[in-house]
Amino acid sequence: MSKTCLIVDDSHVVRKIARKIIEDFGFECIDVEDGQVAMDECTKAMPDVVILDWNMPVMSGMEFLKNIRAMVGGDAPKIVFCTIENDIDHITHAMEAGANEYIMKPFSAEIIESKFRYIGLMN
Amino acid sequence: MNAADFELLSDLLRKKSGLMVTPDKAYYLESRLTPIAKQWNFNDITAMVLKLRGMADSKLIDDIVDAMTTNETSFFRDRQAFEQFETTILPHVLNKRGAKKLRIWCVAASTGQEPYSVAMFLNEQGLYDKGWNIEIVGTDINQSVLEHAREGLYTQFEVQRGVPIQYLMKYFTQKNDKWQVNDDLRSKVQFQKLNLLNPLNALGQFDVIFCGNVLVYLDRHIKADLLDRMGKQIANDGFLLLGKDETIDDVTQSFKDLSQDRGLYALTHRVHLSK
Repeated sequence: MSKTCLIVDDSHVVRKIARKIIEDFGFECIDVEDGQVAMDECTKAMPDVVILDWNMPVMSGMEFLKNIRAMVGGDAPKIVFCTIENDIDHITHAMEAGANEYIMKPFSAEIIESKFRYIGLMN
Repeated sequence: MNAADFELLSDLLRKKSGLMVTPDKAYYLESRLTPIAKQWNFNDITAMVLKLRGMADSKLIDDIVDAMTTNETSFFRDRQAFEQFETTILPHVLNKRGAKKLRIWCVAASTGQEPYSVAMFLNEQGLYDKGWNIEIVGTDINQSVLEHAREGLYTQFEVQRGVPIQYLMKYFTQKNDKWQVNDDLRSKVQFQKLNLLNPLNALGQFDVIFCGNVLVYLDRHIKADLLDRMGKQIANDGFLLLGKDETIDDVTQSFKDLSQDRGLYALTHRVHLSK
């Protein structure tokens, strides 16, 4: 069974690009526009990995991260921030809150692949 | 480009640097050297070649060689090499070495990503903490990439190609929109200019030589000669690491591949001894 990836970003374009790249890696993808909808998806089924934007309406990436890590089974998904926020304070904050990896936008297929390898999602 | 110009340039590159340019790569020569011709105020490559036929400025030749070198690299680029380092080389070194001394050479270090990756790897393996005396030497023929390497300053895109976020936080400092390797890690790596056609003796002996994606650019005879000379710079129980798809079995007698480990080579006489 293929691994599942939940893509959370308020930009339709970013979701589309990320989805294309990650589907090419053989993942089954769902994409949603904010943290709240992402929470709803995780309540239905935990994905293997979440690609998570930081700044989004309704529920931010950081709120989502804290919420999901507090859920039963919420420690299982690998969470990869993927955001324009590229300073060390944001990175440190994200990692301390339980993120597994961090991508600073703009990203490329090569960058996502290298991050996925490091967190054990790809060989 | 006309055949005579191509011949002169490919001959010059082979003699000055060992680089091999086959006729099917003539377009490549043209696209990389046209900017050099412009810089030196020649009308075109033909005019530059005319100058090269006479008394050529050695700086012009350096510029031509630099323009033709491939500087493509990234952090932890060759995953297989680091896996082999961890599973085969390190256990050997840790067991057999009384003196905690390790010398590593990154051939064609380009902008420095590979030697810095080696330093991060060895630090993560705890060798520095255990008091090992480690020298990592990165060499390249191209002076400008070496300056970049020494500075250790990389774009966000460059660091994200291969540096895990935990390593980025630990070994780099943000400088405006770039990331710089911390002084401590930079002090673990030395860079020096080296033309692989010149004698290697001054480099001393190494325990591990990283030589991935280098030989592929060299003329066959030069490759064979270089491997023989590298054989003299490697410790008796040292290792040579090549890229994962590279083989030198038909090029040299000096090194032999260690069975089951593609891309990992040791001195031939030693492989025979241990079998």
